[in-house]
Amino acid sequence: MAYVPLADSDHETEMHHPHSFVEKYVWSQDHKVIAIQYGGLAVFTGVVGLVLSLLFRMQLGFPETATFIDPSFYYQAVTMHGMIMVVYLLTALFLGGFGNYMIPLMCGARDMVFPFLNMLSVWVFLVSVIILMASFFVSGGPTGGGWTLYPPQTNLAGTPGHDMGIVLMLISLAVFIVAATMGGLNYVVTVLQYRCRGLTMMRLPLTVWGIFVATLLALFAFPALLVSAIMMLFDILLGTSFFMPAIIESGTPLDHNGGSPILFQHLFWFFGHPEVYIVALPAFGLVSDVLSVHARKNIFGYRMMVWAIIAIGGLSFIVWAHHMYVSGMHPYFGFFFATTTLIIAVPTALKVYNWILTLWEGDIRLNAPMYFAIGFIFTFIHGGITGLFLGNVVIDLPLSDSYFVVAHFHMVMGVSPVLVVFAAIYHWYPLVTGRMFNEGMAKLHFWCTFLGTYAIYLPMHYLGFLGVPRRYYALGTTDFIPASAQDLNTTITIAALFVGAAQLLFFINIIWSLRNGPKAESNPWGAASLEWQTPDTPPVHGNWGASLPTVYRWAYDYSVPGAAEDFISQDTPENSEPQKDS
Amino acid sequence: MSFFKNITTKPWERKGVIGGLEPEGAFESANEKVALSIFLVVASVVFSLFTVGYFLRMELPDWRPLSEPSQLWFNTGLLIASSLLFQWAKNITQRADDKNLRLAFFGGGVLAVLFIAGQLMTWASLQEAGLFLTSNPANAFYYLMTGLHAAHLLGGLWVWSKSSIRLLSGEEAAELKLSIELCTLYWHFLLIVWFILFALLLNT
Repeated sequence: MAYVPLADSDHETEMHHPHSFVEKYVWSQDHKVIAIQYGGLAVFTGVVGLVLSLLFRMQLGFPETATFIDPSFYYQAVTMHGMIMVVYLLTALFLGGFGNYMIPLMCGARDMVFPFLNMLSVWVFLVSVIILMASFFVSGGPTGGGWTLYPPQTNLAGTPGHDMGIVLMLISLAVFIVAATMGGLNYVVTVLQYRCRGLTMMRLPLTVWGIFVATLLALFAFPALLVSAIMMLFDILLGTSFFMPAIIESGTPLDHNGGSPILFQHLFWFFGHPEVYIVALPAFGLVSDVLSVHARKNIFGYRMMVWAIIAIGGLSFIVWAHHMYVSGMHPYFGFFFATTTLIIAVPTALKVYNWILTLWEGDIRLNAPMYFAIGFIFTFIHGGITGLFLGNVVIDLPLSDSYFVVAHFHMVMGVSPVLVVFAAIYHWYPLVTGRMFNEGMAKLHFWCTFLGTYAIYLPMHYLGFLGVPRRYYALGTTDFIPASAQDLNTTITIAALFVGAAQLLFFINIIWSLRNGPKAESNPWGAASLEWQTPDTPPVHGNWGASLPTVYRWAYDYSVPGAAEDFISQDTPENSEPQKDS
Repeated sequence: MSFFKNITTKPWERKGVIGGLEPEGAFESANEKVALSIFLVVASVVFSLFTVGYFLRMELPDWRPLSEPSQLWFNTGLLIASSLLFQWAKNITQRADDKNLRLAFFGGGVLAVLFIAGQLMTWASLQEAGLFLTSNPANAFYYLMTGLHAAHLLGGLWVWSKSSIRLLSGEEAAELKLSIELCTLYWHFLLIVWFILFALLLNT
């Protein structure tokens, strides 16, 4: 290993140039390789989560055919699907994947501030995934207590995975939090300290703002999950009673006494609600940049967008108990949380208006990433508005245990961020790989995913209104659920299988294009932000060649009147803008 | 106010380089210090949440207050002395003077080790008195919170031992200035956390 000092001393960094294959791709300290490792591992875990969802949808849609799914496996699949998608896919992909790739490039830095810690973060993340996956192979299988892991139910003999499954889940989460904290410190300090010359915070692309604030949320919200995981592990392994009340299991009183399950719920949701925005804020940032580039227009209301990201981040810590209306609470308490929940809709709606106004009179290029970005606006408005329903106590109480909630959060927190993930992967694919993907296949992938997910979740809202309860292995016969509800469930399952299969289009496209896609130009979309201005495409180790860039303007100079091209990159000096011949 | 001034600027209006070689808004401290400061906020959140949990759990009827071992006063004295020695070591490095540096820095670490040993002794004395982890939630919180605090101190001792090896291998004080400064910051933080935890345990 050799430490090569940089030619320029803008940052007092020493580059750690890799020499062997192992150093370059396995124990790599390059933020771009780490980003791919983080992203790849997150997507792999996400595919496991997707397959689990298709399995339990088989049970709901075709209960007679899917006899291989017993109630225990059904609950285990639902639980693991939820936790995998929220934490191990979306959090890891947005912060570890996109955060790692974008922050140094968009900040004009050579790497993260602490490359070794960054490498450690991805390997600790791998350990957490291995522990999580190990729970499929231990006796009793993974936990089936629901992704919220509520005690005492999760720890009682009637719940699948109550012995080893839940222990491994809690340990895996604790390890994940260690990884996320190591990564998070890196992202925050890099944004604060490693911006290149001239790059003020208010010149940063919204992608960096979104990831920056989401990382702060992760740093301050994950401790709540850590605390609840530690206390629950004490309850399970050492016999304490932090959360476990006096309870009788199969006729035998357990040793626990007096614990408070509600305390767990408060701790869990104090993490759980910011977690929604840990996923949403990076998505907001990424989609803002994709929309702006492909509409050839500056993002509408940049300052408002930044303020909204900060406001949402702050407010996200004081809305958690809206997940607990059905747990019972003082009416004033419910009133407070309903009010804050409605207030957080204001900056969120502001962002939606600004995305639409960015499109307004833009020179819109309907490239594949733009399809996904516009699709996101639809699904996000849809999921957001149903959130306003559920934020109100009186509406939440009858709907909370029904499929309406499943439909709401999958629209707002499942489909919407995933559409942004696809928009972002397609958008930055040429930068990351140096190749173009197949545009037609990507658009087909969009239509299958967009229409397919609507076919899944629109009917689910209706099931919720009918009163069909969520969390049930089988509906049986009841007076209030018509037989046609089962037909709807079958339709939803068919749509889910279709959407699941359609994701193959994405994987085939990005893998096939790696070798066979046409070579990408250095800046194929004509983007102004720094990550596209590297001397090499894809950027090499150290990103910027001999000297770091200098920034002279914000990241959104598109269609500037009088300019020769319809964008001016951030590193173009103010007095050397190419002018149109008059 | 600069934060508010910064986020109200109109970035589309002003072109050209803003700030010097370093970007506007970056902290002048070393990156490691910025990272440690953020980490201390994260650790504060962890301890605060345990404290909130403590108060909420305390309200329930099965809570039997624990009478804390008097040895905690002695242990607290050890931790204060440890923190003071670290501060002394930091002051020495800032004067660019090696005299007594080893005494101060090693002494600080050794006192922290003694503090942890002292904490373990309180555990042993509680066990002897029949006050086990599972006997009562107050006991459980005692073991949990003192254990968590000691675990943080162990993390600090790991960094301290790495710096100690560098100091023993003859590195100049100037090269260790940052490490010693960060250790001192971390020790003061854990001392304040301990004051709060100790006050909480004494008064409930």
